[in-house]
Amino acid sequence: MSTVEHPRTGGGPPSDAEWEEVQRSAEFVELRRRLRRFVFPMTAAFLAWYLLYVLMATYARGFMSEKLFGNITVGLVFGLLQFASTFLITGLYVRYADRRLDPLAAELRARLEGDDR
Amino acid sequence: MSLLAQSTSVGEPLLNVSIFLLFVVVTLVVVFRASKNTRTASDYYAAGRAFSGPQNGIAISGDYLSAASFLGIAGAIAVYGYDGFLYSIGFLVAWLVALLLVAELLRNTGRFTMGDVLSFRMRARPVRAAAATSTLVVSFFYLLAQMAGAGGLVALLLDITDKGGQALVIAGVGVLMVLYVLIGGMKGTTWVQIIKAVLLIAGAIVMTIWVLAKFNINLSSLLGAAAEGSDKGDAVLSPGLQYGKDTIGKIDFVSLGLALVLGTAGLPHILMRFYTVPTAKEARRSVVWAIGLIGLFYLLTLALGYGAAALVGPETITAAPGATNSAAPLLAFELGGELLLGFISAVAFATILAVVAGLVITASASFAHDVYANVIREGQVTEGTEVKVARITAVIIGALSIVGGIVANGQNIAFLVALAFAVAASANLPTILYSLFWKRFNTSGALWSIYGGLTVCVVLIIFSPAVSGKPTSMFKNLDFDIFPLANPGLVSIPASFLLGYLGTVLSRERDGQARFAEMEVRALTGAGAEKATAH
Repeated sequence: MSTVEHPRTGGGPPSDAEWEEVQRSAEFVELRRRLRRFVFPMTAAFLAWYLLYVLMATYARGFMSEKLFGNITVGLVFGLLQFASTFLITGLYVRYADRRLDPLAAELRARLEGDDR
Repeated sequence: MSLLAQSTSVGEPLLNVSIFLLFVVVTLVVVFRASKNTRTASDYYAAGRAFSGPQNGIAISGDYLSAASFLGIAGAIAVYGYDGFLYSIGFLVAWLVALLLVAELLRNTGRFTMGDVLSFRMRARPVRAAAATSTLVVSFFYLLAQMAGAGGLVALLLDITDKGGQALVIAGVGVLMVLYVLIGGMKGTTWVQIIKAVLLIAGAIVMTIWVLAKFNINLSSLLGAAAEGSDKGDAVLSPGLQYGKDTIGKIDFVSLGLALVLGTAGLPHILMRFYTVPTAKEARRSVVWAIGLIGLFYLLTLALGYGAAALVGPETITAAPGATNSAAPLLAFELGGELLLGFISAVAFATILAVVAGLVITASASFAHDVYANVIREGQVTEGTEVKVARITAVIIGALSIVGGIVANGQNIAFLVALAFAVAASANLPTILYSLFWKRFNTSGALWSIYGGLTVCVVLIIFSPAVSGKPTSMFKNLDFDIFPLANPGLVSIPASFLLGYLGTVLSRERDGQARFAEMEVRALTGAGAEKATAH
């Protein structure tokens, strides 16, 4: 596990070796780990939560029709919770990306493109 | 209410047309102004990558909230109650796939099309040809749905009931949207979508407040009135009226749910929108804005749908020309009379125009950039020629969609859109995900997942009850429905993932790995990504 020690000085696009060097660097490995550690479990979670909803709407209709208060049914609340969870996950990801992904990505990008950009 | 019963249309067709023409004039002016800077391929296909995240987010919602979403879902809720709501949830949750897995990485590794991303580390010609094939198929299904919807809308809003007259209007809509694309390119198209999205969401907000005000801002009493207004009573408040009455129906519904949630991030016209912003971070902001606006809009359609059930009544809606699609316009008439109806009708037309323009530019870009420039000419072509080919292709696709729209007039819009989603989820999404995240993935795997997913999906549709064997089928008198489900996603999506995997590991090809280091570093850091052009 090497690190990228020197910022690029020459012009022109980076060579294959340079891309591979960055890919092996500790910073890049960390960036990839952070991205995957967030997006993979989160994707599994929201897909499972959505499929649970679809299956309940298909196979547990009695339960979904029960009225909680007034004419508001369990199904309606469950559906609105899907909206809430979508907004929540969006917010969580934006915060995570701003704090944990963007600074690291910007640093690596600056090294590859040179600081003049 | 008596007026509705007497006439085949509601409101004043002349007023509807005038408001729509006003929209056309305003957008044409905007498109002309936008066209002044359209010179390079990047300008034409990707609006010079100069839109901001929020602008692009609004345009995405304009692109995504098609006539099927707006008229279709509101109508389904009005007539079938809760089941209409199920569609909108799938359509919304799907955006998380785009946000978390696709948008930013795609923005960093491609230029204009899905073919760009795939050809990054694989044999360019075969994967570009495959990507263009699936792009054209998905766009065609989606186009057909929009153009077919235009026919029904015309019947309702302009009081044109004979097929010949409707065909003329469909042709008019088609010519207009080709004009937008030819003159304004992606920039003009984007502005049309932005204007339309703002009008659509503003109209929906006004109507929702109006409806809620009639029920003392109490959702529960609105729902109660909707149940009373329907002959099905409380059943409209729970799932099961439209879908899944028997075992096959239930499995079919789960299959639809899967296609909806996995289809969005594979829709070519949505993917292409991510290239109109300067950076991956702006692509992320686009999706955040899109999720906010689309989520808001679907919450509004819940109130509109139940509001239409309560104030107009499902019997009146199903009896009107355009059937369930007429729920939102009828509600507008009930609330605000001819003027609000005219506004909502114009917005509905504008919706079709904007979505079709987005589809045409995507399909023409895919043909000109992937097939013509890179497969046929092997990259030996100037940008000017490529853009010229894209413009010619836009005219041809426009003509095809006019013919298709006239033929498909009367088909179920929501169903055609669901098929487009199923094809996108089967042919495109597995390939994109493998390409971005799996090092071992290679050309053979990409071809297997695209062509395999596409073939499985289309073949299952052909042999499904949607095409033959049922009174509701496309061909009522033929009977070759061997496959029991109308929605193929449950089989075709896993099949495509499996085929992509098998195609990769069964081939000794290692070509996918050679440039994976570069692709992965670019995808995650944005280094070397296409920049915005300065004007």
